[in-house]
Amino acid sequence: MPRTQKPTNGRARRTGRRSPLASVALIAIGLLFTGGAYAMISTSTATAQTETASQQTVSEGEKLFAANCATCHGLSADGTGSGPSLIGVGAASVDFQVGTGRMPMQANGPQAIVKPVQFTEEQTQALVAYVASLAPGPAVPEAEYLDAAGDAASGAELFRINCAMCHNVAGAGGALTEGKYAPALDGVSPQHIYEAMVTGPQNMPVFNDMNISPEDKRDIITYLKYVENNPSPGGFALGSLGPVSEGLFLWIFGLGAIVALTVWITAKSN
Amino acid sequence: MSTTTDMKPAETKKSGGFTGAAANYIDERTSVSTAVKELGRKIFPDHWSFLLGEVALYSFVIILLSGSFLTFFFQASMAEVHYDGSYVPLKGVEMSVAMASSLDISFDVRGGLLMRQVHHWAALLFVASIGLHMLRIYFTGAFRKPRELNWVIGFVLFILAMAEGFTGYSLPDDLLSGNGLRIIDGMVKGMPVVGTWISFLLFGGEFPGTAIVGRLYSLHILILPAIIVALIAMHLLFVVVHKHTQYPGAGRTNNNVVGYPVLPVYAAKAGGFFFIVFGVVMLMASFFTINPIWNYGPYDPSPVSAGTQPDWYIGFADGALRLIPPGLEWVIFGHTYSFNILIPLVGLGLFIAVVLLYPFLEAWVTGDKREHHILDRPRNAPTRTAIGAAGVTFYAGLWAAASSDIIATHFKVTMEGVIHTLQAVVILGPFIAYFIAKRVCLALQKKDREIVLHGYESGRIVRLPGGEYIEVHQPVDEYERWKLVSYTNYKPLELTPNAQGKVSPIQRVRAGLSRWFFEDRIAPVGTKELEESHGDHH
Repeated sequence: MPRTQKPTNGRARRTGRRSPLASVALIAIGLLFTGGAYAMISTSTATAQTETASQQTVSEGEKLFAANCATCHGLSADGTGSGPSLIGVGAASVDFQVGTGRMPMQANGPQAIVKPVQFTEEQTQALVAYVASLAPGPAVPEAEYLDAAGDAASGAELFRINCAMCHNVAGAGGALTEGKYAPALDGVSPQHIYEAMVTGPQNMPVFNDMNISPEDKRDIITYLKYVENNPSPGGFALGSLGPVSEGLFLWIFGLGAIVALTVWITAKSN
Repeated sequence: MSTTTDMKPAETKKSGGFTGAAANYIDERTSVSTAVKELGRKIFPDHWSFLLGEVALYSFVIILLSGSFLTFFFQASMAEVHYDGSYVPLKGVEMSVAMASSLDISFDVRGGLLMRQVHHWAALLFVASIGLHMLRIYFTGAFRKPRELNWVIGFVLFILAMAEGFTGYSLPDDLLSGNGLRIIDGMVKGMPVVGTWISFLLFGGEFPGTAIVGRLYSLHILILPAIIVALIAMHLLFVVVHKHTQYPGAGRTNNNVVGYPVLPVYAAKAGGFFFIVFGVVMLMASFFTINPIWNYGPYDPSPVSAGTQPDWYIGFADGALRLIPPGLEWVIFGHTYSFNILIPLVGLGLFIAVVLLYPFLEAWVTGDKREHHILDRPRNAPTRTAIGAAGVTFYAGLWAAASSDIIATHFKVTMEGVIHTLQAVVILGPFIAYFIAKRVCLALQKKDREIVLHGYESGRIVRLPGGEYIEVHQPVDEYERWKLVSYTNYKPLELTPNAQGKVSPIQRVRAGLSRWFFEDRIAPVGTKELEESHGDHH
């Protein structure tokens, strides 16, 4: 209502006390505040969906769900003996599990392994929309936290303290008990890294926004992308696995080469 | 050469030139020519396995050179600073001066990272080549009289090399080195009564304190290298005094050495070999990262990275701690006794002691007091070879256990499965290895006998006039036969009463061990047996 009236009013009172753009600015500020507050609430509680999926997408997702997921998760996604309930797991969880090819699970085992992604982007989004429509849960992260342009040093420190005991300091992965493992983080998209932190897939703990803030998550992603995009300054990294791969390399290739050379040196010339 | 110079003295002056004059100048003042003449004529036998000790020596020289470079820039202080070097993911992070200077060496000192990597790769090679050298000495029986003491010196060098390695690994004060120190601290504290106090003494208070890097630095660059240099000098002196051992072969006896003189052959070969070893280390250091401290970050007692391991030579100790079953910890009268730490400590201590004293144990059991300059072929000492195989299996099981997590992730097996398998390998494996190695040795000896007596199978089938088919065997030549028959046939010691006409219990033990050593044996083919087999070559 004010928006339509303002231009005429402005022109009429050109010499008035208020600048003609004042109301525009006021409205913009008002919108920014409400929008910002809404955004803050939505990220800190991580419930609301930024895009409201159309009913059509949701029903599309429901069909896909019934065909591919319901065997274990139940027709109404409330879980069965062989799969957990998905009510309240949120969009981020589905996007991670399906988007990285972990779900649908190939076989029951200690851990869902990464396979080639089974669904197209649209199908994945439909599944995401369907599960998100069941109950509120962690949303797919905002693009601003996924640009890998944060503080790598702070991210590295957070990573060492929170993540390295399972994933290794360079994100090379590590072993857990009973055949479970923390996968290597090389080549994982920022969005999936973020979603993993918020939802805690497989054996991973949940790092919610009270624990590690979205900005800190952005720093962690920045560090991981730094390690991924910058080759090791010392040459081939030998898998970044530490002293085991170094020792193996030394014994097989280092000492192997030297023993071959000793044989050459002491060989009799024919 | 000398005859021509005698005949034409005028030409000597001309051909000698500056080199001759300089050599003469030095000789007149130092009489060095006697030593050069003596040493230059020293004969060394030629075999690739005799160069393994040389590899160790050369890697030590490389370590000294690269280490000296590193001392120019490393600061062994645990004062806290904020890193302000070129590595972005650590900028502004709080760390010790030691860590910051190690990072500066890696990123801001020209050639620093290369030197760090040369130093570390050479250190791994140093210990590995010592290990391989020791295995060669053991399996060929080169530790027997008169070389028992040199075995002990060499073994002490091996331990010192590990100590050097460990102190060096702890210096950069990165996460990995701090974790390693924490494990050592735990092991020290696990010792009853004295443990806590030793730990406080070592760290100057509660772990980690602010003193440990400086103390380790003194050990690493001063005391340990000094002892190592002195022991290497003694080790080499003994090699010269004892003369080098040689493998059995035609014309080789206990009283001679068949090979090439130091000058010119070995001086050139060994000198060239130094550069070859240096080259291999340089290539590794140029192309392969080692100990990326920038990934580990500064030490902080809370984080531990997955895949945290010691360098390979400490692996067996780490593995022992991983393999010990949980729950072996009791509180008795208010004191905690951690048998999960004490058992590995004592077990490894015993293992080390047995290896150290093995030459004396074997000499006592066999009662052999003769000098030995001809090496045994491993098959000709089946029990020794079998004991060695058992020891190697025990060590290898512990060693592999240090990488249990990496094995689990990379072979897609469970961690528990790896641990339980390796527990079985460490306990049962030595017995299996002993049995298999001994049987293989005896079988090979039988094969040798067969070859000496009947020759090689030639593959030629001949039909005799009577219709019988035989395969023609080709007799082995004399040189080959020498190798196959020239070994000592030991027999178990017999119990002999002493002056009082009694057999002491110690003698009984000794006789028992001797029987264990030599009961199963294949005698070498004797002359008479050989004569009889002649004409029997089908």
